[in-house]
Amino acid sequence: MAPVDITIRRRPDLDGSLLGDTDPATQGGYPGHPPRMGFFTDTSVCIGCKACEVACKEWNAIPEDGLVFTGMSMDNSQGLGASTWRHVAFIEQRKPLAAQDPGVQPGGDFRWLMASDVCKHCTHAACLDVCPTGSLFRTEFGTVVVQEDICNGCGYCIPACPYGVIDQRKEDGRAWKCTLCYDRLSVGQEPACAKSCPTNSIQFGPLDELRERADARLAQLHEAGTTDAQLYGRDPNDGVGGDGAFFLLLDAPEVYGLPPDPVVTTRDLPSMWKHVAAAAVTLVGGALAAFAAERWIS
Amino acid sequence: MAECHPVGFQWVMEAKARGAKVIHVDPRFTRTSALADIHVPLRAGTDIAFLGGIVNYVLTNEKYFREYVVAYTNAGTILTEDYLDTEDLDGVFSGLDADQRAYDFRTWQYEGMEIQAASGHRDLQYQDKAGGRNGKPSRSVHHSGRGEAHGSGGAAISGTPQVDPTLQHPRCVFQVLKRHFARYTPEMVSDICGVAVDTFLQVCKLLAENSGRDRTSSFVYSVGWTQHTVGVQYIRTAAVLQQLLGNIGRPGGGIMALRGHASIQGSTDIPTLYNLLPGYIPMPHAHSNEDLDSFIEAESPKKGYWAQMRAYTVSLLKSWWGPAATPDNDFCFDYLPRLTGSHSTYETVMAQLAGDCKGYFLLGENPAVGSANTKMQRLGMANLEWLVVRDFSLIESATWWKDGPEIESGELRPEDIGTEVFFLPAAAHTEKDGSFTNTQRMLQWHHQAVEPRGDARSDLWFTFHLGRKIRERVAGSSDEMDRPILDLTWDYPTKGSIAEPEAEAVLAEINGWDADGSPLSSYEQLNEDGSTACGCWIYCGVYSDAINQAARRKPAAQQDWIAKEWGWAWPANRRILYNRASADPDGKPWSARKALVWWDEDEAKWTGHDIPDFSAAKAPDYRPPTGATGAEALAGVDPFVMQADGKSWLFVPAGLTDGPLPTHYEPQESPVPNLLYRQQRNPVRQITGMVHPHDRFEPSGGEPGTEVFPFVCSTYRIAEHHTAGGMSRFSPYLAELAPEFFCEVSPELAAERGLEHAGWATIITARAAIEARVMVTERMTPMTVAGTRVHHVGLPYHWGHRGLATGDPANELAHLSLDPNVHIQEVKVLACDIQPGRRPRGRARDALVEEYQRRAGITEQTGTEI
Repeated sequence: MAPVDITIRRRPDLDGSLLGDTDPATQGGYPGHPPRMGFFTDTSVCIGCKACEVACKEWNAIPEDGLVFTGMSMDNSQGLGASTWRHVAFIEQRKPLAAQDPGVQPGGDFRWLMASDVCKHCTHAACLDVCPTGSLFRTEFGTVVVQEDICNGCGYCIPACPYGVIDQRKEDGRAWKCTLCYDRLSVGQEPACAKSCPTNSIQFGPLDELRERADARLAQLHEAGTTDAQLYGRDPNDGVGGDGAFFLLLDAPEVYGLPPDPVVTTRDLPSMWKHVAAAAVTLVGGALAAFAAERWIS
Repeated sequence: MAECHPVGFQWVMEAKARGAKVIHVDPRFTRTSALADIHVPLRAGTDIAFLGGIVNYVLTNEKYFREYVVAYTNAGTILTEDYLDTEDLDGVFSGLDADQRAYDFRTWQYEGMEIQAASGHRDLQYQDKAGGRNGKPSRSVHHSGRGEAHGSGGAAISGTPQVDPTLQHPRCVFQVLKRHFARYTPEMVSDICGVAVDTFLQVCKLLAENSGRDRTSSFVYSVGWTQHTVGVQYIRTAAVLQQLLGNIGRPGGGIMALRGHASIQGSTDIPTLYNLLPGYIPMPHAHSNEDLDSFIEAESPKKGYWAQMRAYTVSLLKSWWGPAATPDNDFCFDYLPRLTGSHSTYETVMAQLAGDCKGYFLLGENPAVGSANTKMQRLGMANLEWLVVRDFSLIESATWWKDGPEIESGELRPEDIGTEVFFLPAAAHTEKDGSFTNTQRMLQWHHQAVEPRGDARSDLWFTFHLGRKIRERVAGSSDEMDRPILDLTWDYPTKGSIAEPEAEAVLAEINGWDADGSPLSSYEQLNEDGSTACGCWIYCGVYSDAINQAARRKPAAQQDWIAKEWGWAWPANRRILYNRASADPDGKPWSARKALVWWDEDEAKWTGHDIPDFSAAKAPDYRPPTGATGAEALAGVDPFVMQADGKSWLFVPAGLTDGPLPTHYEPQESPVPNLLYRQQRNPVRQITGMVHPHDRFEPSGGEPGTEVFPFVCSTYRIAEHHTAGGMSRFSPYLAELAPEFFCEVSPELAAERGLEHAGWATIITARAAIEARVMVTERMTPMTVAGTRVHHVGLPYHWGHRGLATGDPANELAHLSLDPNVHIQEVKVLACDIQPGRRPRGRARDALVEEYQRRAGITEQTGTEI
């Protein structure tokens, strides 16, 4: 693995930056940073080979985490976790896939959806906001990385993630998740999962470019009759300010186990603090008033 | 393809993105189906009926590419009056010898001449051609098979074929073909295959519309087609169809055989097969007093490129025995081993059980899990004196003697087993240099990335040093038997601390050199006089100019679409074989869109995007003079240059053991009768077991007892694992993706048998009972076959009792009834029963199987009828 120069940057300014389309790397203190990099996972061409899962584990030296036959179609990895940073979901449905003739009897309609899930690398990342040690940090590529040698296992980040991505390893208590292969990016290589994907379902690149590509692909699918195709995490104005890793799905997000309307869990912190301040002012004011009144009465 | 060849499937996805329609024909809805435009589930074992139906559609509706068919195939060739078709004999061809379970194919000949086999049983004619005593082929020769001996075409011993270019003569191949397939109607296809007539006709239409001057269609298959008692004829049916549609020798056409492992193609080119020498030269049989001349005389034709077989063979002998090979000693032809019959993997098992085969090398193979009837595989190994296993891990084939199912049941005890087992760890491809040859005959070099760990060594290291030590052992011997070993050229340079042989030196030897030791650049340079050496004639040129051409990796963007500078394809770096057929008889491309090679009038030579597979200066109007031989004997309109008549064969007059035309037979075991003919099964299928108590067959096609095994079961691979699991079940990252053996059943079958999703089921055949976790899925679809509901039980076959991912091997269930051409097992379709719950343990497991045998009335005769 290439050595990585990880310099801890200033924490993003919490005030006023938790909503909307912002540039996370600039916010993170990288003036003149490279373009924001991310994933566009086009699930319409995923063949469910799981090469991404294996390449991720190989490159990042993640341990095997369970030899369990689940019966959930071909999915025995079950979901993202501390030791599963790419996860392929398999969904068997009694629904048509555009003009496909699935040949399945009885009934006719059938489709088998496959989708490779990953950390979303949110524009507004709650995991990073709540991390007290600086273990989680924003990189110059706009991605969110957790450092295993700094994490103290406090676990605040785990409930903070609106997608349920980041997770603690039981063995050591530390938090783990996709780094978008920060070490590979630092030396000009693409992440291991994207490199291994045979059908280009996982596309890596500058986020701006990926969004354009995704828009074109969506239009193409709609035109071809796949009307339920939709982009997920593409919108910079959604609850997390858009995802650095976004998706083209063929059904509602819930079908894939994704939250339909994720919101950065630290969104309300500023207003909460404002309310706290107001409450404090009220309290102090009340006390003063009471004191004054008492004096006045007496 | 997406399941077993996900990396290759990227090209299907790319074609799809460019507008290609993808049709997937498979009993199960797989990852491939998920991305296909049309998925056609058909009953396992009925593909000949399905493809034959398309052939009938193409012929009946005149959708064939007539100019192509007339000019480039043997459609117009007239057959002898002695030929009788399955139409005449209710499902069998003329020449059937019921006692020998074999065909004498002499009635399948062209009128007025005799044709040499294109492949398969060339040696059948040895006695006729080399002047043998009684002219009748021996049983041992007959049964040894030559299915992999591709290429060579017919020697006109006398006369030239009579051809009717109008295709009207009642005995011309075209008319015979029409009659033969006439009963494969859409309704019949629907009844046999369980495919709706509309769906079938849609496939017919799409294929026909996408073939012709301007368009081509391609077929891709894997062992789903080959692993049947009629496997070779499956591929033949596709070949007939592709010839009729004009899809051979043209860009975007062809029939792609996806191989099961990296470089399986390479291991047939430079074979690990018992019946072939490198470059598809047949292995000689143990005929008495056969010398090189009589071998060449018997095995090679007079016309086409196989006429140079003597040059290829002599150059091979020079490559192996160097200066010791001289014209005076027949270039050491006598040093070659001789066949005495079939020595395929299953006959080897029978020989082990009989005590004839005493030693066994397993290099990257796990027969205790991966071969049919795994119990017999283990019992065979238990009867050896020694066994060498080279693999990454201690696979089941290395440890069956202490923890196999027979030890668990008490049938065998380790202290009673005399086999001495040696385990030698093997190096992975990343730990060694070498080449892979893939399905389109392209060699790609891979470079060593790291040193192998511990005692792990490459196969090249093992083979070289084993040979070196044997040579040291017999050095100075005066025993004639040791001469072939002592005279071998065995002087490869080695490198590094472990003395790894230089793989590139081996490649250079395979490529060959001239008398001065300079690398050759083409097989056309090979000589008969011993002045050239070449380890594999079809690979000649891979090391031309002393450059490893297989290691070339010029990016696609820097070259044209043929990409000739990526790797190297045999022969002569041609990317599409028989590409003369991409031009019309006058040498002009059939269409601008499908142009590949063409005749350049001004330059008076063949040119184009690919390297022409044709004599460069042979004009389209060239006609051979009387008495011409070799390539000169082929006309300017004969694209199939390896065939003696230069034509592609719709009808195969010689070379196949089980018929000149494909015919639908039911598998060895089938719940339904053959609706097409009275003949239920392939009459000449090879029943290797020769009646063995552990290889009983089930009743079939409605005989009493058929109902005891009512379901069709099929074995296959899934993306998560590799073959018998030696490379995947021991790797934690792969094991966790599919950690247990499971079976796939439809919700309807689950309801019928009370199977619980993610619970357990026991699957039973006449050979074994195994258990599996249950996957109830709508991807398994019930079918209606001639009014009967047919269910499939899907069985991925990767698991054994060792490694991180475990389970019973599905191949415990399989039998040893084989394809007679290539001796492959029929594991793609068996008949079985399935019951809820786990299987019994110990002796009770065998008792369950015996009870099923009793209920079905199974005897040693069952299923052995011709």
